[in-house]
Amino acid sequence: MPSAVRTIGILGAGRVGTALARQALKAGYEVLIASTRPQAESALIVELLAPGARQVGTEAAARDSDIVVLALPLGKYRSLRPETLAGKIVIDAMNYWPPIDGILPEFDRGSSSSEVVRRFLPQARLVRTLNHIGYHELEEQGRPPGHPERQALALAGDDADARQAVAGFIDRLGYDPVDAGELAAGQKFNAGTPIFGAQLRHDEMVSLLQRDSLQAKAAE
Amino acid sequence: MELGIYSFGDVQRDPKTGQLGSTAEATRNLFEAIKLADEVGLDYFGIGEHHTREMPASAAPVILAAAAAVTKNIRLGSAVTVLSTDDPVRIFQQFATLSALSNGRAEITAGRGSSTESFPLFGYSLNDYDELYAEKLDLLLAINEATDTVTWSGKHRSALDNALIVPRPDAGSLPIWLGTGGNPQSSVRAALLGLPISYAIIGGQAARFAPLADLYRRAAAQAQVPGATIKVSVASPGFIGEDSAAAKALWYGHWHEIMTTVGKIRGFAAPDRQHFEHEASAGGALFVGSPEEIAERIVALHHRLGHTRQFFQMDLGQLPQKHFLRAIELLGTRVKPLVDAQLATDQNKETADA
Repeated sequence: MPSAVRTIGILGAGRVGTALARQALKAGYEVLIASTRPQAESALIVELLAPGARQVGTEAAARDSDIVVLALPLGKYRSLRPETLAGKIVIDAMNYWPPIDGILPEFDRGSSSSEVVRRFLPQARLVRTLNHIGYHELEEQGRPPGHPERQALALAGDDADARQAVAGFIDRLGYDPVDAGELAAGQKFNAGTPIFGAQLRHDEMVSLLQRDSLQAKAAE
Repeated sequence: MELGIYSFGDVQRDPKTGQLGSTAEATRNLFEAIKLADEVGLDYFGIGEHHTREMPASAAPVILAAAAAVTKNIRLGSAVTVLSTDDPVRIFQQFATLSALSNGRAEITAGRGSSTESFPLFGYSLNDYDELYAEKLDLLLAINEATDTVTWSGKHRSALDNALIVPRPDAGSLPIWLGTGGNPQSSVRAALLGLPISYAIIGGQAARFAPLADLYRRAAAQAQVPGATIKVSVASPGFIGEDSAAAKALWYGHWHEIMTTVGKIRGFAAPDRQHFEHEASAGGALFVGSPEEIAERIVALHHRLGHTRQFFQMDLGQLPQKHFLRAIELLGTRVKPLVDAQLATDQNKETADA
């Protein structure tokens, strides 16, 4: 049984990072936010957009939290320091989105961007999730367990304990976690899939994830 | 409170054949809409640069200059100019010309633009997205603030050495707004540059922008930029009809059409009717309904955001021109007086309470 998750460290104080911070605070977590912007600017952003969160440096956000969330633009993932994330449970909420970001050759080979990120962070216990829901929807559509309108969020990662810890976090944010299995399955909720941006209940999410697996098997 | 319209120059669709109308017709329709907006007393009309078959408003200053000749009071601007893929010298010259022809009614809203089709069109790479925007904004502001000639250098265009850039607006400079979709850093950037900010609120709950407006004002108060213009405007999708349910039913089809098109390009599923109804009710980002309902919602948002201008994108997803014109008329003749009266009442109450 993994130890209880109390503190969430968020890397990035943009739209996604601040929205996630608010939702995590609402769910009762302690929240640390790190940003690469100038200190005065970050402090003001955190104070006004995520009141209750603590603004810290990247290393402290990683060291002092139970789950770290990557909420930076994908193109900046190489600014991360792999050693600070070694052994940590890390949520990759980033997306490769060519219509917006342009073609980035290293991500343009099928699979999901999380697999490229994993090669850069080989010792992190990486889980891909929170990438297929819009940042303002994340804040507005969370519902308590059992609520008829509760939506599902998919997650994928190679470390089963990390997946379980992240599932608990997703649940407290107000969503039904659906475990899609290993990190490779994360491509099933890339941009352009039926899951991306869709509002799905638990059963719909399960069947969409399974349908993809069946199609992949049939294609083999 | 200033009220207005923005448009990307939506084309028509023939209801019998399903064929799209011509892009030339869309251009003339846009001109007609601006003229009407002025006649019914609206304060602002913005054209958002787009380069698609459905939304062909690629040359905003040209349409606005034609409109300047047949309008009296309405302010004419871009919403937005895709700054990253244009030449700031040319943008300034065109809007300064518009300013001269309209007796100072021209404005620029500079932004990154939500669509990216202008990048390949003008030979730019999306990989330079952030850098292009920062550099071109820097040059545009340098030109706008210049009292004489401009000397500037950067990476993405040739340097300027004591360059004369004319015409100059009568007021000395053009109003330039920073357009943003809600990235916190953009609010800080506008504050540090002393620019007015224009929020595009196109989904979710509109009041989620209230903390961003606070951030903008707090950052501006700390920065104390000399000559700063600190004010907030809001751009959002909207449509007005006499009857709320009928307006929502009519407009949903067109909104769904555009969301489906954009969704295909960007890889997300188009939101359904339930989602629409939620966002088109009190608090949501879609200002669709009767004049009374929309007036009430503008005032409610004003009390959260303190914005001094709100303008609406009505013609999307091939909305028939007659409905667009009718909604413009209702915004000017019905919504605007209601908003003005309510804000005056609220103001008096605040004064009495104080």
